[in-house]
Amino acid sequence: MAVNNIWVFAQGANGAATTFTLELLTKARSLASNVSAFVAGDGASLAGELGKFGATKVYSTGDLGGRLVGVAASAAMKALIDGGDKPDLILFPQNYDGRDTLARLSVKLNSTVLTNNIDISVNGDEVVATTPIFGGNVLFATAFTGAGPHLASFRPKSFAAEPSNGAAAQVVAVAVPDTGVTGAAKVTAVHVEESTGPKLDEANIVVSGGRGLGESKNYGLVEELAKLLHGAPGASRAIVDAGWVPYSYQVGQTGKVVKPSVYIAAGISGATQHMVGMKGSKNIIAINKDKEAPIFAVADLGIVGDVHKVLPKLIEALKARG
Amino acid sequence: MKGMKIVVCVKQIPDPATPGSLDTSTHALKRDGKLILDDSDAYGVEMALQLAASAGGGEVSIVSMAPNGEMSGMRTALAMGAVRGVLVSDPALAGSDALTTAKVLAGAVQKIGMPDLVIAATESTDGYTGTVPEQLAEVLGLPSVTFAKKVKIEGAAVKIERQTESGYDEVECPLPVLVSVTAGVVEPRYPSFKGIMDAKKKEIVTVTAADLGVSPVGWSGAGQKVSSVTQAEARKAGQVIEDDGEAHAKIVAFLENLKVI
Repeated sequence: MAVNNIWVFAQGANGAATTFTLELLTKARSLASNVSAFVAGDGASLAGELGKFGATKVYSTGDLGGRLVGVAASAAMKALIDGGDKPDLILFPQNYDGRDTLARLSVKLNSTVLTNNIDISVNGDEVVATTPIFGGNVLFATAFTGAGPHLASFRPKSFAAEPSNGAAAQVVAVAVPDTGVTGAAKVTAVHVEESTGPKLDEANIVVSGGRGLGESKNYGLVEELAKLLHGAPGASRAIVDAGWVPYSYQVGQTGKVVKPSVYIAAGISGATQHMVGMKGSKNIIAINKDKEAPIFAVADLGIVGDVHKVLPKLIEALKARG
Repeated sequence: MKGMKIVVCVKQIPDPATPGSLDTSTHALKRDGKLILDDSDAYGVEMALQLAASAGGGEVSIVSMAPNGEMSGMRTALAMGAVRGVLVSDPALAGSDALTTAKVLAGAVQKIGMPDLVIAATESTDGYTGTVPEQLAEVLGLPSVTFAKKVKIEGAAVKIERQTESGYDEVECPLPVLVSVTAGVVEPRYPSFKGIMDAKKKEIVTVTAADLGVSPVGWSGAGQKVSSVTQAEARKAGQVIEDDGEAHAKIVAFLENLKVI
């Protein structure tokens, strides 16, 4: 089964397609001539941008009326597939709604899922997805067996988004079938956590703090340094779990993947979970008092020292430069 | 809701502190040493115990799947306060994909009897496919709320704060429902000495995949096969220096050299 027809689970935010979506579209059109986007929401408003990055069609469910995306989107996709509109491969973003939809759909189609991938290739009938394991030291490539549609999800920034300058995608309205009791969960309120400065996954410089900071009030040093460098503050899972900072600050396998020009890890030992999210940074500076810390194996500049001494001096020195 | 029945899915994994390795012939993650309760699942067990207590009493059971009869991680959950467990153990399960795992766990949940609430972690620490909870909900025909960072029972419904890309959503759902909880949602208790002793006497029912009527499982049921395993291009370590009180100047020079300041 050659791959001719690919769907991309596409998402919008603030009226524009997410960068993540554009990355997946770019990859999809390198694999197949026929690429469609599926939007669990208002796809029409994104049709221009999705077309510009290679989608010829956009399936749009319209407003979900408070239903959770996973249940609604997977039911709508299944209905399309049952109706004969069948892709060979569906690419999902590795995020909350992407994961939910992928998981529900896999049961409906009785199809395996390959998740956390950073690459995918098609060789004739064989579709192979690659995921990094053991902190990214080993690349594990897995081939789908059986009939499609094949379902795969990808980490952000796995591919570079490049426009094809295609025409606006043709909008196809799709109905969400009755999801019965499985659709009983309803969103009753939406909260947006405001943050100032650049976004963590888009910042040119990221300063992250970990358990080595000792206590939560010392995270202020990380924030101050990030601000001075016009960067974004981040965190290891350990201090997010400890409640020092919100989950949206987390860099790592279960948080955000960042690839800034400079990544500064302060008091972070370098657990696999964390390294997966920051190893792609162009330059890494690590400050840790344990000289055996794994983070030093990936650092371009490693400082074996006490973050409580180094950070204040660094902040002072940067301030003195004006 | 008095007498609430809760089932928590738990995974027993190799200690994450020891480096992982792959079986050289099958390329599966090696899981042959002593297994421990996945930290991610301790949050779910704790959440279940707290919800049962605040409901004025209830019953927390656990389900797990392991190819080799391993129970030590389940004992930890029982020592925390769960009352019974179902372990699906079967050499045939080795190599199972996430979808098969969800089908097997669904069988185990049904063996206990359909509960009011199923709790799982968002993903395991060792394999982290991250789809099993939502797949399990679909197999069981349940609604689900994933990535919960706050969970509360009100009457016959759950009220949840669900993590989103930009903040969180408030979500409501009538019971029964499956909820996946994020790490840090509650502070897991340490099992007491009495809890550890009591746990030894608690019942763990062991069944096979065939007992549950789930087939095919393992390598033959997985819709995937290993294609290749290669070493990634290693990132080279750079300069590592001991702080002599002037290390900050090195960082400033490094940043200057990159022209980012």
